[in-house]
Amino acid sequence: MKIKKRAFILGFYFFIMLLPIYWMLNMSLRTNADILNSFALYPHNPTLSNYIKIFTDSSWYSGYLNSILYVSINTLISLITALPAAYAFSRYRFLGDKQVFFWLLTNRMAPAAVFLLPFFQLYSTFGLIDTHIAVAFAHCLFNVPLAVWILEGFMSGVPIEIDETAFIDGYGFSRFFMTIFIPLIRAGVGVTAFFCFMFSWVELLLARTLTTTNAKPIAATMTRTVSATGLDWGLLAAAGILTIIPGALVIWFVRNHMAKGFAMGRV
Amino acid sequence: MGLLLQDVDKIVGREVHLKDISLDLAAGSRNVIIGRTLAGKTSLLRIMAGLDRPASGRITMDGRDITGVSVRKRSVAMVYQQFINYPSLTVYNNIASPLKLAGIDKKQIDRRVRQIAQMLHIENLLDRLPAGLSGGQQQRTAIARALIKETELLLLDEPLVNLDYKLREQLRLELQEIFKRRKAIVVYTTTEPAEALMLGGNIIVMDQGRILQTGPAPNVYHNPITTRVAEVFSDPPINYLEGSIHSGKVILGENICFTLNGRMSDLEAGDYRFGVRSNHFFLNPNGPGDIKISATVELSEINGSETFIHIRHGDTSLVVQNEGVHQIKIGSAISVYVNPSRFFVYDKQGLLKSSPTGRIHQTGAAA
Repeated sequence: MKIKKRAFILGFYFFIMLLPIYWMLNMSLRTNADILNSFALYPHNPTLSNYIKIFTDSSWYSGYLNSILYVSINTLISLITALPAAYAFSRYRFLGDKQVFFWLLTNRMAPAAVFLLPFFQLYSTFGLIDTHIAVAFAHCLFNVPLAVWILEGFMSGVPIEIDETAFIDGYGFSRFFMTIFIPLIRAGVGVTAFFCFMFSWVELLLARTLTTTNAKPIAATMTRTVSATGLDWGLLAAAGILTIIPGALVIWFVRNHMAKGFAMGRV
Repeated sequence: MGLLLQDVDKIVGREVHLKDISLDLAAGSRNVIIGRTLAGKTSLLRIMAGLDRPASGRITMDGRDITGVSVRKRSVAMVYQQFINYPSLTVYNNIASPLKLAGIDKKQIDRRVRQIAQMLHIENLLDRLPAGLSGGQQQRTAIARALIKETELLLLDEPLVNLDYKLREQLRLELQEIFKRRKAIVVYTTTEPAEALMLGGNIIVMDQGRILQTGPAPNVYHNPITTRVAEVFSDPPINYLEGSIHSGKVILGENICFTLNGRMSDLEAGDYRFGVRSNHFFLNPNGPGDIKISATVELSEINGSETFIHIRHGDTSLVVQNEGVHQIKIGSAISVYVNPSRFFVYDKQGLLKSSPTGRIHQTGAAA
């Protein structure tokens, strides 16, 4: 009886959680006219026309390509800079190490809007506006500290004697780092990459401000497609579904590492 | 020739980890550093390895100054107390990694890895990952990796302490054999006197970051030059009885009195401290010269096939190591016997004045 009650509550929770997503899926499979005309719990005449439009109209699909591109660049930059930084914080004691470590984290505390104006000014000066690299760099503001923070936790879990043994055995630093150390914190790198991906993927303010057309993210495309006849609900819903998919895929791939990351207490 | 340390100090913050360490380790020698925890054994080993730099002092290897040379450029191998292997590499690749880095050709690496694996009885585990092995097997892998490169210096930091009793005994015997065949200077740290004696070679007794005594193992065992050395190098701890010498007679503890003779007869009158190892106490007299100590039993514990009896004589606590398993009632009166020839005699400063073997070796004492 008790188990049934629990199952019921969980089922209800699950239902509430999934309802908006289901509703979006429902709308994405209907035409705009159909949506505005009648209320339906499921699409009576399902159509893929919304999806076809997104995949054939370059102003739509380029939004996805742009987002994927700058998110990937950002994840790569974040990992490349955070790995050595986290190693230094984990292995060396230097003047002000704890303060710098905390300061890195405080970058996450300020709203992105605070940095908007200086970023815009700076990037215009260097002619970086409307490039993918501009958004990737801007997102480093909150992703690099996060990556350092997560990776430091994983690295500190590796005994320093392994480093010393490697140096005694004659490993150079870079070779040790690439062939011995990184495989040891694989899970940490996976979790970090996931978080960098996620935060960069959902960030809208910086991405929209620093781009105009060539590097416009999908979220911006969605907000800008209000036509004279009003919103195209079906198209927007389809775009929304397609926006969820990459995140869901990434979560699926790192789900095992995530549990470990949470257990380490740094995520 | 060999490894030479001159006046090495190591200070971390305001804590002194090592002080005035001077050592001369001959090429091919086996050296055992014995000391309690926090005596500075690991600090000294790390300085020898080049993992840490001394605050002051010089280290030379065969005449070359290597004080500031980085660990990568030294010819050194080290085994830690924890089982340290590369978790992402198989046992084979773990053992082979020092050779691969040295750029030796594959065939030779393969031959040497298999040879060393056989020596350490892990030849059937070569394809496994270290995480899937037992503690003993992991440590064997670590030892194999340390041995495969013919280094000038082989350092082992309490390598057997995390293993269970049986494995430890077995691996200790094997290590003894392996050390005999090496040309390297072997430095081995331990807290256990029995292990130090078994491995033999030179003993370096450390306490609170200083070297108290060095010398061949039996010499140090038979002539611990200070009371502290005797404490560190005895298990169960050495027993001390306060006493004094007056006009040819020794007064010990509570009303024990015997006549000075033999090697002790030329000791001057005064206060002394008489040390005796617990295995030299007996429950029955062995001869007419034995002196009798009356005491009460405080505790009796059985350790393997021996019984340790903790007794109290006046305000002195003593430990008697007795063969066989005995049940002794706590609180009962007991008489133990010891032959005076077994006494180590220390003066009030704790310096050895007379030992059972008669000779006092001052060699290498860092006093």
